Amino acid sequence: MMYKFLMSVYKEMLLLKRDFGGLVILFVMPLVLIVTITLIQDSTFKSVNESRIPILLVDHDNGNISKTVKENLNESGSFEIVTKIDGATVTEASAKEAVFKGKYQLAIVIPEKLSADLQLKVNQNVGKIVSQLGLEDTTSVVKEKVVVKSKEVKLYFDPATQLTFKNAVKSAIDKMISQIETQSIYSTFQDQLGEGDEPIFEQESFITFKEIVPKVNDKEILPNSVQHNVPAWALFAIFFIVVPLSINIVKEKGQGTQIRLITNPVPYAVIIAGKTATYLMICMIQFFLMVAVGVYLFPYLGLPVLDVDGKLLLMSIVALFSGLAAIGFGILLGTIAKTQEQSAPFGATSVVILAAIGGVWVPVFAMPKIMQYVSHISPMNWGLNAFYDVLLRNGNIVEILPEINLLLLFFIITITIAIGYDKKKRAV
Amino acid sequence: MNEPIIHISELYKKYKDADDFSVNNLSLSIEKNEIFGLLGPNGAGKTTLISMLCGLVKPTAGKFTISGLSYDKNATQIKKTIGVVPQEYALYPTLTARENLRYFGSMYGLKGKELHRKVDEALDHLGLLKFADKKIETFSGGMKRRVNLIAGILHQPSVLFLDEPTVGVDVQSKNVIIDYLKELNSKGTTIIYTSHHLTEAQDFCTKIAIIDRGKIYAEGTPDGLIHGTPHAHNLEDVFISLTGKELRDDV
Repeated sequence: MMYKFLMSVYKEMLLLKRDFGGLVILFVMPLVLIVTITLIQDSTFKSVNESRIPILLVDHDNGNISKTVKENLNESGSFEIVTKIDGATVTEASAKEAVFKGKYQLAIVIPEKLSADLQLKVNQNVGKIVSQLGLEDTTSVVKEKVVVKSKEVKLYFDPATQLTFKNAVKSAIDKMISQIETQSIYSTFQDQLGEGDEPIFEQESFITFKEIVPKVNDKEILPNSVQHNVPAWALFAIFFIVVPLSINIVKEKGQGTQIRLITNPVPYAVIIAGKTATYLMICMIQFFLMVAVGVYLFPYLGLPVLDVDGKLLLMSIVALFSGLAAIGFGILLGTIAKTQEQSAPFGATSVVILAAIGGVWVPVFAMPKIMQYVSHISPMNWGLNAFYDVLLRNGNIVEILPEINLLLLFFIITITIAIGYDKKKRAV
Repeated sequence: MNEPIIHISELYKKYKDADDFSVNNLSLSIEKNEIFGLLGPNGAGKTTLISMLCGLVKPTAGKFTISGLSYDKNATQIKKTIGVVPQEYALYPTLTARENLRYFGSMYGLKGKELHRKVDEALDHLGLLKFADKKIETFSGGMKRRVNLIAGILHQPSVLFLDEPTVGVDVQSKNVIIDYLKELNSKGTTIIYTSHHLTEAQDFCTKIAIIDRGKIYAEGTPDGLIHGTPHAHNLEDVFISLTGKELRDDV
């Protein structure tokens, strides 16, 4: 039986070797995919954090607040303030038009008298408090109370702007305005209560935060886009083995070779084992190529290096079991499908769906509640979690065992169904 | 009289959703070392009958044995002793003739020098040795048919099932195939064969059964069938006399 198994492996390898185009797709396309996706994601990350995004600023205030907003935006290093388009000063209407046409991602419109009105409002509030505390300056002139209407800073976003970017900008501007208000309040108190130039309020934040990152051997583990992307897209590529594998099985039906195999004195399990071993080798070669790209090529492309120091063995185990799960699915699909027109589109689409619900594109925690539950049925989610356990959470073999077991169980179930289905279809 | 190597008793096959039985209460005995021709119009039930005998399709009812064994208990044993040459070119197009044959031979347990020798001998016998390392996809129809035949006989089966082995091939290839089959038969292989080539069947077969609508209409030697049918000069006359002239198109 071992001899028949080895001959089946040899035959499968010959078939793959003769299909040069197929081999190129199997090995080169995942590499192209992983480099492209990581470059895109890394450049998006850089566009938010390193290079400056031009934004339109319409300043009707021309006061302290608009000055502070401009200074903060400049100091953030993320934005380049644009106040003129084609030599003309930007108005609210021209800013709105330019942004809605997608020429700029964002326009900020600061309303008229914002600084003055804020100061007036703060003065009124502080004066009221000081008066209630009996600390009122008896020499000050009683002013007539003026009603100050609330103000709006308008933000115009390009409709194509991603929600995450919108939320980040809104949050940053909200924080900036809160700081200005706070400083204004402190300064007004200082003016009304302080004597001389001695500050009576410390204006630095009392509460700050510090991110504590895990350490291994006193070395901090800092996740980067590569640590996230390589395992995620490596899994995606591994699962795409479903397409050529299912086509391979469907072809055997069409060519009639399956008839010969059925009438040969060899169990279907041996044929399946031959395919499994061959395609598992392909999966592992794919995986090691992708890791090699992360380790050796990415630094030359200006991307962070994939740190696999002391983790390669565990990562290989995760890749091996993920490959088994993918192969089980491919064999089941190939056994059930009658034509390549059924197996190829279904295989490709189902892999994309499994990737989507598995958290390859959008992290599971960011999904709606129902989809977070659904994500647990995707073998890609199990594989991805196991990779993250190893790469980002410094997990050991015991910690990845639950995911490994699930992947193995998936393989066993799919293969059992495939063999059962085939047996039912076979006569004897 | 030789002992029957295949014994079929009241065999039925009705496919799912089909209106009629493809094989309908068919009983037949095929003797050892015969070249047995199953002839009939399209949809007569020939391929279904052969498929059941090869273990590809399960009977709806009835029994049959091959060398006294049934698939219920001895499937692997039967598969070791039979050879199957399907109507399709059941070969991997991107593999060479030698690679295909070594792979299929190995599935019967042939290995090493014995496997290599048998493959090369058969290729040589059928005039294909110089093309042994060419891919099947570059072969003509006749060449593919010959490789297809070799893949079914490498393990020297005692019973060989052939489903239209000469369909779509030129006269030269057909003669080589028929001569090789006669040689195999002379060495002890029983051959069960279906064909639409009635002249070929008349010359090749030692016994013939004419099958239609899943039943056997006549059975005997080619000469016996011709002489037993009024006004028949050849097997085609017998065939038309028994199965009629109407078209047998069906979907």
